[in-house]
Amino acid sequence: MQRDEQFPSPAVQARGLVKIWGTERTVDGVDLTVPAGSIYGVLGPNGAGKTTTIRMLATLLRPDGGTAEIYGHDVVSEAHVVRQLIGLTGQYASVDDRLTGRENLVIFGRLLGLGSSEAKKRADELLESFDLTEAAARSVKKFSGGMRRRLDLAASLIAQPPLIFLDEPTTGLDPRTRAQMWDTIRHLVETGSTVLLTTQYLDEADALADRVAVIDHGRVVAEGTVDALKASIGITSLNITLRQASDHRAAERIVYDTLGLAAVETRESQRVVAPLADAERATDVLVALRRAGIAIAELTVQKPTLDEVFLTITGQVPTAEQAPAVEEVGSR
Amino acid sequence: MSISRLERQALESRAISRRPSFGQTLHHTLMMAYRTLLRVRRTPEQWADVTFQPIVFTLMFTYIFGGAIAGNVQNYLPLIIPGLLVMTVVTTSIQTGVQLREDMDTGVFDRFKSLPIARIAPLAGALLADTVRYLIATVLTLAMGYLMGYRPEGGIAAVALAALLVIVSAWAVSWIFAFFGVVARTAASVQGLSMVILFPLTFLSNALVPAKTLPHILQIFVRFNPISHLVTAIRALANTGTVNGNLAVSLIGAAVIVLIFAPLTVRAYMRKA
Ligand SMILES: Nc1ncnc2c1ncn2[C@@H]1O[C@H](COP(=O)(O)OP(=O)(O)O)[C@@H](O)[C@H]1O
Ligand SMILES: [Mg+2]
Repeated sequence: MQRDEQFPSPAVQARGLVKIWGTERTVDGVDLTVPAGSIYGVLGPNGAGKTTTIRMLATLLRPDGGTAEIYGHDVVSEAHVVRQLIGLTGQYASVDDRLTGRENLVIFGRLLGLGSSEAKKRADELLESFDLTEAAARSVKKFSGGMRRRLDLAASLIAQPPLIFLDEPTTGLDPRTRAQMWDTIRHLVETGSTVLLTTQYLDEADALADRVAVIDHGRVVAEGTVDALKASIGITSLNITLRQASDHRAAERIVYDTLGLAAVETRESQRVVAPLADAERATDVLVALRRAGIAIAELTVQKPTLDEVFLTITGQVPTAEQAPAVEEVGSR
Repeated sequence: MSISRLERQALESRAISRRPSFGQTLHHTLMMAYRTLLRVRRTPEQWADVTFQPIVFTLMFTYIFGGAIAGNVQNYLPLIIPGLLVMTVVTTSIQTGVQLREDMDTGVFDRFKSLPIARIAPLAGALLADTVRYLIATVLTLAMGYLMGYRPEGGIAAVALAALLVIVSAWAVSWIFAFFGVVARTAASVQGLSMVILFPLTFLSNALVPAKTLPHILQIFVRFNPISHLVTAIRALANTGTVNGNLAVSLIGAAVIVLIFAPLTVRAYMRKA
């Protein structure tokens, strides 16, 4: 990607964003820099504070601390300007159930300053490109989840905003609809938009995002390119089933000592799971286990789940308690 | 061409404004009102109350109180029809707050908040659309009165003016319920809270009975009750075609309500997550 030197400022620049609900610091000092013209992923488990962060960036919520700028415009003091630069597709469809798909788009178009015929034309274009022409005259109440999501995304694109927020765009969609949504998102960036999306899925961030911020408990725990992130956590995980549950502690210790990385907490007392940066190291673990006299029932090597990624990054281990620290995982 | 150049062009080609102009605010409000009316067209049962209540209230109260208060129903009509008109239409405005709450719970308000439109528009639009409800309630109440034999002597123009006064007042009062609608947690609590306030205001007024029939302590309340001033103004207009000081009091009262509650409501709306 060629950088344009004259380009004024990044699409999103957030510094120390904070949102407090009651006593809970849902967003606890989030820094984000989203370069223009890219897909940026915010990856985190349910409840991490992704939606709250997006709502602050999209001027829906006032931050309790920190600042955020969209193309250099402050989200609080210049909210009206920011709203002219963004499109938001929230986690829950924000379209009107009782109106038809077309009526929704026409009304949003009119609110955005299009004339009556212009708004209709734009609505029809969008319905066409999101494969909703047939359903256009139907009440949104009768739409499927995937159709609703597409209509919601179409509504965010009426004014062709340079920055688009997508909050968990594929959660709850079936695999086929999900793949279509991915194509749509890639297409958006090809046509010149910047996209900030949140997701709970590692594979989604992997498939779409140029850079990711991993957030947990309202904090950015890792930031960088997807490749760098994957390299740092290992692309596979070692999955050991023990003969005896009583060996669990000892096995975890050995894994930690051998790999230098913590084992992941599992619900089954006979299983030990650990991220594996290098498949060769599996042998070292096996040798160490045999030496300690720990018997193994089964052994597999798998791709890591998001839980494992988190535990690796945050370093929260049953044996060594430590606060989550921001880890720079390198950049291109 | 690089991606960011495309993007910069998109940014530069936009006429970015710092805040919505008055004309835009008006346009946004009208669009939001249009949206509310479109919704109603699809769910007409939402307006059952504005058809049912005027008919039932008018029949019921006229026949229950008519004989006792004015000797017969015919004599009671000039007293009660303006009173019922005010009661019915102002009560209808509670529904504005209830529906606003329900509407805000659906998620579409999230989109409104992210659009570059005047902050007051989604609220003002909903309130403006509801004046159509008040108009229906007004026409039905007056039509019921006419069917029962009410012949207002002020003439058609004065009655139309009276109707307009009622609608404007109900719109002003609806800002109070819109405020409850925005701050309350559920639609049911909006309904409950609004009733608690409106019930004494409408019943402890001169809407249904002449104030002088009431105990002294109640008379004081009735005299200061703004609803009484509105009822008196409407009666004077419809029955004699005259304008009295109560009309000015009613209009000032309506303006004060809007000046207090419109900014409060918009502020609460913007703070709400
Ligand atoms: N309006 C609110 N009032 C109180 N708590 C909230 C509100 N919105 C979100 N929260 C809390 O913030 C936490 C994180 O929410 P959220 O940002 O939706 O996370 P995510 O999108 O990553 O799943 C949740 O535990 C939720 O209880
Ligand atoms: Mg969320």
